[in-house]
Amino acid sequence: MAATSDIVTIRNVTKSYRRGNQLVPVLEDISFDIHSGEFLALMGPSGSGKSTLLNLIAGIDKVDSGSIIIGGCEITTLNETELAGWRAVNVGFVFQFYNLIPVLTAYENVELPLLLTRLSRRERREHVEAALEIVSLTDRMDHRPSQLSGGQQQRVAVARAIVTDPAILVADEPTGDLDRVSAGEILSLMDHLVQDFHKTIIMVTHDPRAAEKAHSIRHLEKGLLTDG
Amino acid sequence: MFMVKYILRNAFRHKLRALLTVTGVAIAILAFGLLRTLVGLWYLGVESSSSTRLVARNAISLVFSLPISYKERIRQIPGVTKAGAMSWFGGIYISEKNFFPNFAIEPQAFLDLYPEFLLSPEEQKGFLLDRQGAVVGRKLAAKQGWKLGDRVILKGTIYPGQWDFVIRGIYRGAQRSTDETQFFFNWDYLNETLRRTIPRRADQTGIYIIGVSKPEKAAEVAQAIDLTFKNSLAETMTETEKAFQLSFVSMTEAIMIAIKIVSYVVIVIIMVVAANTMAMTARERIAEYATLKTLGFQWYHVAGAVFGESLFIAALGGIAGIFGTFPAAGVIETELSQFFPSFQVTATTIVLQMTAAVLVGTTAAIFPTWRAATIRIADGLRRIG
Ligand SMILES: Nc1ncnc2c1ncn2[C@@H]1O[C@H](COP(=O)(O)OP(=O)(O)O)[C@@H](O)[C@H]1O
Ligand SMILES: [Mg+2]
Repeated sequence: MAATSDIVTIRNVTKSYRRGNQLVPVLEDISFDIHSGEFLALMGPSGSGKSTLLNLIAGIDKVDSGSIIIGGCEITTLNETELAGWRAVNVGFVFQFYNLIPVLTAYENVELPLLLTRLSRRERREHVEAALEIVSLTDRMDHRPSQLSGGQQQRVAVARAIVTDPAILVADEPTGDLDRVSAGEILSLMDHLVQDFHKTIIMVTHDPRAAEKAHSIRHLEKGLLTDG
Repeated sequence: MFMVKYILRNAFRHKLRALLTVTGVAIAILAFGLLRTLVGLWYLGVESSSSTRLVARNAISLVFSLPISYKERIRQIPGVTKAGAMSWFGGIYISEKNFFPNFAIEPQAFLDLYPEFLLSPEEQKGFLLDRQGAVVGRKLAAKQGWKLGDRVILKGTIYPGQWDFVIRGIYRGAQRSTDETQFFFNWDYLNETLRRTIPRRADQTGIYIIGVSKPEKAAEVAQAIDLTFKNSLAETMTETEKAFQLSFVSMTEAIMIAIKIVSYVVIVIIMVVAANTMAMTARERIAEYATLKTLGFQWYHVAGAVFGESLFIAALGGIAGIFGTFPAAGVIETELSQFFPSFQVTATTIVLQMTAAVLVGTTAAIFPTWRAATIRIADGLRRIG
């Protein structure tokens, strides 16, 4: 049962960055699996490579060596253009600072990923409204991000992440910029998405309370997994 | 559709910055248009001059005159159809700020050799018959409020005294570029007065206007004229009217070239300013562009947004500048009509202005577009935290 339900397979991934003329290793020989429907928390001190790993899994950065297979697709072999198309269909993103487009309303922000699909205007509207319903923000859809609280903005971001119904959500410190109450709301929302919509969530976090919500936790230290 | 909305909203994100940039581009395009119009006018005088007319002047300099006795001899040279005396009069109407060009010319030569000045048969007859008759351009007449039959007094500068004229004709230009601000009067009136008052200056003319039978013979005929008067007291220098005009223009051509250069410099300056603004704008939005790419938008979506915004702002400024050019040119035409008989913005100038605006938008966009298109997502996203 275990092998077939793995949605993410990471094998021998290494990654380093160039700083000046020096090569700084960030991830060293990382291998692990994430199974479908898992809510995984990635923890570790600042600079340990959590964001880098998350970016690699989400297909917004390239490995130096090793392979990442997601839902049967070896994304480490795709080029930029193919990756962009792959991300649009398969991954939803939630960032620490929400990353909403300030000139667009909540509705328009959520609609963004759908613009890359063949859906009609009406179909897009249905999807956007459904997503906003899930995050309980249908009454704020004409607001600009600047007219929303941090927690509300992050809920819009979650709606944007799920509007294309991707199998995987990645979240980089999604509660890092929120107060306790808002953070709690976001975490409950994530829990809800895993429980009722069978999403797989990979979340980078510092927050022990956030990690508590997760099904499993992996620790990263200086580019190495210290557990599993 | 989304792109258009996104570009428009981005363009006005910083209202003041957008307004300043658009205004800057508008002023630059306006200045560019006026300078180009000025340069164009300068050469218009040359282009509209006839190549079938020859001008003979004193070989030493335009300051020296030619004897009137040359007229008959010139007429007898093969290929010459007509010849008439013409002198720069330099008279002042009431005060110097009313400046307009005024010449003494033989009426018959004027009517025969200047088909571009349109007069009714009655006006032509009036001019021929009245010794003190004068013919003036339509614009000049309108400006001074002159009507047919009006008496006009010019104060002589080169030729002292008060000179009395009666308006016998108001000419229209055959073409839009024809100068309608000139004043012509009967050369005989000038000469006969001089015979009485300053006899030593009588029977002299500034230049001869000469008609040739065939334009392609012009150079040959000019040579024949100059040869005829070689080694005489006043040698002639004969050239086409076009060349004659060019000799005036060439004196100031250096200034025109300088103005042309300035007109380009204005565009280059606004290019640099706009490029700086666009670079600043794009830098602030790098994380946003990275986010769009994260969501699956391709490099060309992001590049299009940056490029489109730059082009939109430049185009807006360009359009404002072009629309501003017309009233500005109108003001110049009315306020400075003594220098610029017509200050018309040509279609060529408008095309040039549009091209300049597009060029500004494009140049300003190059660097930020390239940055936004090539920024690695992971790097772009880090800009936030
Ligand atoms: N784009 C980059 N260029 C250079 N160095 C980077 C880049 N991204 C990350 N790093 C470096 O890699 C290390 C891990 O960064 P990151 O994955 O962001 O850590 P974390 O998210 O765990 O705090 C850090 O030392 C960081 O400076
Ligand atoms: Mg991080």
